[in-house]
Amino acid sequence: MIDIQLLTTSLDTQECIRLVEHPSSGGTAVFIGTVRDTTKGKPVIRLEFEAYKPMAIAEMQKIAETIVDRWSALKVVIHHRTGSLNIGEIAVIIAVATPHRKAAFAACEYAIDTLKETVPIWKKEIFEDGDVWVAAHP
Amino acid sequence: MMKQGKGRAALSSQPETKKFRLLAFGIARDIVGGNEVDIELTDAYSVGALKTALQENYPDFKRLKSLAIAVNETYRTDEHILNTNDEIVIIPPVSGG
Repeated sequence: MIDIQLLTTSLDTQECIRLVEHPSSGGTAVFIGTVRDTTKGKPVIRLEFEAYKPMAIAEMQKIAETIVDRWSALKVVIHHRTGSLNIGEIAVIIAVATPHRKAAFAACEYAIDTLKETVPIWKKEIFEDGDVWVAAHP
Repeated sequence: MMKQGKGRAALSSQPETKKFRLLAFGIARDIVGGNEVDIELTDAYSVGALKTALQENYPDFKRLKSLAIAVNETYRTDEHILNTNDEIVIIPPVSGG
């Protein structure tokens, strides 16, 4: 029902979609977060992600459990990657299967918004001339 | 050092200092200069007291958008009392996804 993974290897979109297949599902929403090539017009070379692993998994599990409770989700998958990621690579995949489509969209949006607020994962943007921990300062 | 002959009451009224070992991730690791840092607290052993001590010892923590403390893999509020054998982690603003 819930599959949470924190991986150092490439994330697999097809695998995540397959994991949320369910006969009672009427819709699957998938969010794929990828590494963008610029920040405020400045070219980004790569991103480096790190996590406080046990708590990151626990917090992602909480998000998935909330989705099951609130939107009657049949299956929830959250896979997040850590380590060094190049432009275009996938940092996170969230897939939610629900009986009706609206719930899938809402649940998926809730998942990524909440993940960005509560899950102890940090990313550093690497530029030509230095690096910055994302969102650290006001 | 305490002189001999002083009563138990006098002993317990002395401020006691405890040392807490903290793990640091993200920008917190850069600020403290390593994966771990020891912080000593005297008399008050709350999460709030710990944050104050961190900000006094490392003023860069005051510049962050937020500063949270996780104890044994759970976010804790300022009132929470720490034990020296807790796993205490400095959580600077998160930025997953």
